[in-house]
Amino acid sequence: MSVAAYSVGEASPRQKLLAGVLVVAYALVTMIPLVWIVLTGFKSPPASISYPPQVLFEPTLEGYVNLFTTRSRQTPEYIESLGPAETWYDALVRERNMVITGKSRFAGRYMNSVIIGFGSTFLAVFLGTLAAYAFSRFKVPLKDDLMFFILSTRMMPPVAVAIPIYLMYRELGLSDTHLGMILLYTAVNLSLSVWLLKGFVDEIPREYEEAAVVDGYTRFQAFVKVVLPQMRAGIAATAIFCLIFAWNEYAFALLLTSGTAQTAPPFIPIIIGEGGLDWPAVAAGTTLFLVPVVVFTVLLRKQLLRGITFGAVRR
Amino acid sequence: MIKASLTSATKRFGETVAVDGVSLEVEDGEFVVLLGPTGAGKTTTLRLFAGLETPDKGRVTIAGSDVTRLGPAERDVAFVFQQYSLYPHLTVFENLAFPLKAPGRRVSAAQIRKRVEEIAELLRIAPKLKNRVTALSGGEMQRVSIGRALVREPNLFLMDEPLSSLDAKLREDLRLELKRIQRDLGATIVYVTHDQLEAMTLADRIGVLAEGRLVQIDTPRVVYERPANIYAAQRLGSPQINLVAPTALAVGEVPGGAAQVGVRPEDVVVAPREGTNGVANAPPKGVPGEILTVEHFGVETIALIDIGGRQVHALLGPRTTLTQGMPVAASVRPGAALYFDATGARL
Ligand SMILES: Nc1ncnc2c1ncn2[C@@H]1O[C@H](COP(=O)(O)OP(=O)(O)O)[C@@H](O)[C@H]1O
Ligand SMILES: [Mg+2]
Repeated sequence: MSVAAYSVGEASPRQKLLAGVLVVAYALVTMIPLVWIVLTGFKSPPASISYPPQVLFEPTLEGYVNLFTTRSRQTPEYIESLGPAETWYDALVRERNMVITGKSRFAGRYMNSVIIGFGSTFLAVFLGTLAAYAFSRFKVPLKDDLMFFILSTRMMPPVAVAIPIYLMYRELGLSDTHLGMILLYTAVNLSLSVWLLKGFVDEIPREYEEAAVVDGYTRFQAFVKVVLPQMRAGIAATAIFCLIFAWNEYAFALLLTSGTAQTAPPFIPIIIGEGGLDWPAVAAGTTLFLVPVVVFTVLLRKQLLRGITFGAVRR
Repeated sequence: MIKASLTSATKRFGETVAVDGVSLEVEDGEFVVLLGPTGAGKTTTLRLFAGLETPDKGRVTIAGSDVTRLGPAERDVAFVFQQYSLYPHLTVFENLAFPLKAPGRRVSAAQIRKRVEEIAELLRIAPKLKNRVTALSGGEMQRVSIGRALVREPNLFLMDEPLSSLDAKLREDLRLELKRIQRDLGATIVYVTHDQLEAMTLADRIGVLAEGRLVQIDTPRVVYERPANIYAAQRLGSPQINLVAPTALAVGEVPGGAAQVGVRPEDVVVAPREGTNGVANAPPKGVPGEILTVEHFGVETIALIDIGGRQVHALLGPRTTLTQGMPVAASVRPGAALYFDATGARL
């Protein structure tokens, strides 16, 4: 690490205050849409579409109940005949003259997102690590051209090849399958993953592996014991980028999945309630959808902070 | 007994010939220092011994067997790298234990602990065993690097400028320790440096490398007193040997074919041309010159003398009365001059 030419002193209290105010202001601006979504999740359907918008309202879990259930409208007499509600969510639904008829498909779609998102992230990072190591350490014929080719797969928006991929997937029977979506997202993420990770491997001096090999380890053992631990930060940063892409991907998910393998993004915006979109349920779904990425990022944030500088400040 | 050898080993990297037909035999328990400037092929020579490079031509033997085609793991050598030999994700203890934990070595955990503690004691890093290596000072890191090599008892130790990143004082301390440890263990070491002081003090034999070729290999004393050529003569001695035309200094009988004469600063005899206190001395022998600068280093004094437009270093006693600007007469201690032919080889 090079030493900065200026001295980095403690900021004065006034500077700290100013910096704090700026950070808080920026955070507020960027977080307003997020907060609005989280709040909407706790509104009742009428409150969610009332005009002017309500900032203060009576919170309810109706959105979450609607998100996870299917319901049908019944006459008050029929509901009366059912006897007292057994659970709090039955009671909540009956207030609107409805009864729960079953589970919604949200949980399944959410699981699809988890399987496809984490599966493709794992694959992209796993393959990316091996490829990056090979590109960094071995004599690969046409190395530079191959690296450029890998990068070039990202030079157009992936959706540009949506139609060929759609046709190909239909032929191969990969449409609407977990495997198909995992492969697709892996393919898209792999170029980012190889490029990022190669940078991290390049940063690790070969002497480390050579020392291990002289000490009696095989090349593969040296890779596992010496290179991988030092790539932790890079792998974490890369995994987060890959996960965020795969998790949020909308266009291909909409095009290629409809049932078994449909992920949450195309599903959430079309949660229909009575008389149109069920906004509180949509907002509740969106809120829940945010959780894994946030948790994943927070868990890896220490690695991420080191990794995101892309090796600039390693030691 | 010969512990390790290179036989006409050559290694090319594209157009560069990093090691050019080097033959070198290292005796059991010997401390061989390879001396040469950056790019001379020192590191590549060590890597050939270690199996990190395979020679394009020639053979490598270790402990009596031909290992030319064997991988590093099968050679049982230890390598101390110039830098980056410690794993930043491990503690000092784990770094020292790493070579012992190699698969196939089968050392029990108790033995590993015992051995690591012994080495830590020997190198005076015992209190730091639990630290991360990133929290160590430069000198401590270098001790751990050397310790990593010492935990095993390999056939051959290879050390690539292990002290070059340290400051002068630490370097001296570690140098002395290294020599002591080598003697105690009877270790066979090939050590690489560009520092002549390290070479002179550590080596049983010094190998002088120039552009991939081994110019001379002999005891420090022989390399200093009877260098094979100008290049070797210039590698040892500070200030460097004076090189002058055969006639520039009065050196007596010059053998035929001599193109240059080398005189070490300590062999230049300097006397004032004018007597002190106005009293004329007997006219001093030697060629006339004038003192340009005088540098006092305590135990010695070094003067730079202008002789007919050529600058010559001379070593003076600590209590010399010569000062800048003085006219002097310079001569050469009889028999001390070295003669080199037009190709630079010593006659
Ligand atoms: N892996 C390599 N690829 C290309 N050239 C190399 C490589 N290793 C060393 N060289 C070249 O070989 C020559 C000798 O290098 P080296 O053995 O590292 O010298 P030293 O250790 O004495 O400084 C240098 O000219 C260097 O540039
Ligand atoms: Mg070197």
